[in-house]
Amino acid sequence: MNEAVPSYLSPSGQEIVFLLLGAVAVGSALLVVTTRRLVHAALWLVVCFGALAGCYLVLTAEFVAWVQVLIYVGAVIALLLFGIMLTRAPIGPSTDLDSGNRLVAAGVAVATAAILVTLVVDGFRTAYADLSPGQGSAEAIGGSVFRNWVLPFEALSVLLLAALIGAIVLSRTDIRGR
Amino acid sequence: MHIVYPAVVAALLFSIGVYGVLARRNTILVLMSVELMLNAVNLNLVAFDVWLRDRLHSGQVLTLFVIVIAAAEVGVGLAIVLAVFRNRRMIDLDDLRDLADPAPLPSPDGDGTTARDPARASEPETAGTAEARRGGADAARPAGVSPAEHAKATRRGEAIP
Repeated sequence: MNEAVPSYLSPSGQEIVFLLLGAVAVGSALLVVTTRRLVHAALWLVVCFGALAGCYLVLTAEFVAWVQVLIYVGAVIALLLFGIMLTRAPIGPSTDLDSGNRLVAAGVAVATAAILVTLVVDGFRTAYADLSPGQGSAEAIGGSVFRNWVLPFEALSVLLLAALIGAIVLSRTDIRGR
Repeated sequence: MHIVYPAVVAALLFSIGVYGVLARRNTILVLMSVELMLNAVNLNLVAFDVWLRDRLHSGQVLTLFVIVIAAAEVGVGLAIVLAVFRNRRMIDLDDLRDLADPAPLPSPDGDGTTARDPARASEPETAGTAEARRGGADAARPAGVSPAEHAKATRRGEAIP
């Protein structure tokens, strides 16, 4: 893994594409947490998740990329938009989306980013992965899920069912506690 | 591909998520920031799975599991947000203080929070507050609502005896 690490100064095409997608993801994530319009935050989240799906594709994780598009961009964003609608959020810009501790939050976030980036760059400077297609295809992931990860998979399906029932019980108004 | 690139992107995304969780007041925006943090973890998992060439594909399978758990989390979270909104008519995290101390000390830091603190302190922390707040919001609501919203509101009014 560590032999013959290519230089950082001559990035390959995959790395350039990944860095561009990563820049899109980070920029749209910044807009998600700083925009003054709720609906725009949800839509910038779509851009962020789409760019992340592109990152997974570049990393040869095809199946994860499509699942990301289906579940995150399709389901979670729709759910968040429903939540925004049902709580009667204003469509236009609203001034009170940020709390008073913005500066403290920015300080904590910058400190977290500095520590994590320093640590990661220091720790994995020589790590290099050759990307070969097919590692994350649906066939490989499906075989792995149903051969080695069957029990967690089934437990997760039960968890999803429980979450579904819980969400229904919580959001219906005609169910009374005894 | 150098593993540093996905790791740095993931670290930046996680920090942005931390900022969003700490700085936002709207509960739905906080949920979005939590999703950002989960996605940062997913990117790390995929990158290290590709790097280590895991034969069991642990990283990518775990990414799928995290995606599923995030979907369940956001479903239950939004149901809770809707229940809070039904009772309080607002979902601002700063104002949901029923579990706080009954007489909060005036906060020592300056801007923004102290302007609201006297009103919050003079407010009795009882169940009547929510009722009064809901009543006030209900009285103010039928000014400019659409028919669909009005029908929904009346249906909700019938459902709550």
